[in-house]
Amino acid sequence: MLLIHCPYCDETLPEAEFAYAGEAHIIRPADPSTLTDEEWRDFLFIRSNARGPHYERWRHVHGCARFFNAVRDTVSDRFLLTYKAGEKRPDLASLGVAE
Amino acid sequence: MTRYSAFAVVKNALTGHTGWRAQWPDAEPKKQYDVIIVGAGGHGLGAAYYLAREHGITNVAVIDKGWLGGGNTGRNTTIIRSNYLYDESAKLYDHALDLWDGLSQELNYNVMFSRRGVMMLAHNVHDVQSFQRHVHSNRLNGVDNRWLTPEEAKAFCPPLNISKDARYPVMGAALQMRAGTARHDAVAWGYARAAAAMGVDIIQNCPVIAIRRGPDGAVTGVDTAKGFIGAKKVAVSAAGHTSVVMQSADVRMPLESFPLQALVSEPVKPVFPCVVMSNTVHAYISQSDKGELVIGSGTDQYTSYSQRGGLPLIEHTVAAICEVFPIFNRMRMLRKWGGTVDVTPDRSAIIGKTPVKNLFVNCGWGTRGLQGDARRGACAGAHGGDGRAARAQRALHAGPLPHGAADRRGGGRRRRALR
Repeated sequence: MLLIHCPYCDETLPEAEFAYAGEAHIIRPADPSTLTDEEWRDFLFIRSNARGPHYERWRHVHGCARFFNAVRDTVSDRFLLTYKAGEKRPDLASLGVAE
Repeated sequence: MTRYSAFAVVKNALTGHTGWRAQWPDAEPKKQYDVIIVGAGGHGLGAAYYLAREHGITNVAVIDKGWLGGGNTGRNTTIIRSNYLYDESAKLYDHALDLWDGLSQELNYNVMFSRRGVMMLAHNVHDVQSFQRHVHSNRLNGVDNRWLTPEEAKAFCPPLNISKDARYPVMGAALQMRAGTARHDAVAWGYARAAAAMGVDIIQNCPVIAIRRGPDGAVTGVDTAKGFIGAKKVAVSAAGHTSVVMQSADVRMPLESFPLQALVSEPVKPVFPCVVMSNTVHAYISQSDKGELVIGSGTDQYTSYSQRGGLPLIEHTVAAICEVFPIFNRMRMLRKWGGTVDVTPDRSAIIGKTPVKNLFVNCGWGTRGLQGDARRGACAGAHGGDGRAARAQRALHAGPLPHGAADRRGGGRRRRALR
């Protein structure tokens, strides 16, 4: 069972309250009609699938219902940090992790 | 290679079992190979075997970071079936099922393939419509599958609860009689033994650190924990770790790796005659020859390489099993484990060439790796553009996508926890 800290509720709660929402910081195209097929493919389907620290979105679906971001190590499943949606992507060095 | 037979068993019994030899040698890497296959699971070893047997290419190494068959090959719930909706998937998996049939004889190794039937339960109107569509589609493709009423399902699998007031009422089921289970380890061992006998090197406990490319961009070999090993062609068959390996060759894959869990109960007398799958409640169950109930769960919602997965999912799966089969609600579970499955956006496998010259990939089997005949696919892949590979492609009605990261074929059902 993962324990996840919701940055809005400021509480650490069991995984069952949350829904995973995929990789974070994937920017929606500003002008979709100009995208090539390759760019659409990359936006929709290609993911980093990182082994190690992974930037990802979670939603506190059975709580405040808000989306937030997290950095989680996908090998140990340990959360390194959770932060509010819209905040700048933290670099790994600031989390004490070698890039 | 010692040939296994009843005679060999008797002979060795009479001589104190001192005559058995190692099934395959643990090879040290040579400097250069024609083909290197990354990942010694069922798919990688199968590819090596068919390369040697059907294409006469024996200067092959299969490299694994751990022990042979220790990844998803040894972690699945042993279900083999081919009742997939789309034409390409049905062909691919049914072809695999054909291969499973004669595999024990061909490999001289008992893979314990048991056609005990796979029954998929429908719990709601959507399931009924969807499964009946599958049945019709399968029959048009020559894949056996038939519809059962709840009473017929109960007759086929007596522990099933078909009462009207059940939490998950059974509204019918789709039954594929040709499908069943196999001893998953034996598949890897059988392929390894047969491939090694034809000269394939199996190199265990040797992580591949990176795929190395030459100045022209083509693959030249792999960097491993035991140093650089040269190769004319490299085929990646690394399941959950495919993204990581491919990244080292600058190829980004449309894959995400999720934990998939399974558990077994204490062994009991034969009570469960078939495989039952319930996709709606994510519960998959069969009974092994040892007597353990083998139970599969769904994938966790988050990506992970931990090979563990979370307990809430196990609780959900066990609760569903107890509802559908109340007979098991006092059963004790012995152990649980997890694997890392590589899932594509459309749940269909990727087999074939990549944008990098001489680099091939076989991945995206997700929760259905054991049944797939990736062995043959990877084999065709490793052959690149020659006639045989082209034939294999035509047979599967697939060509390269105009802009895919790799050729795609098959078309899985867009559901999460299928196997």
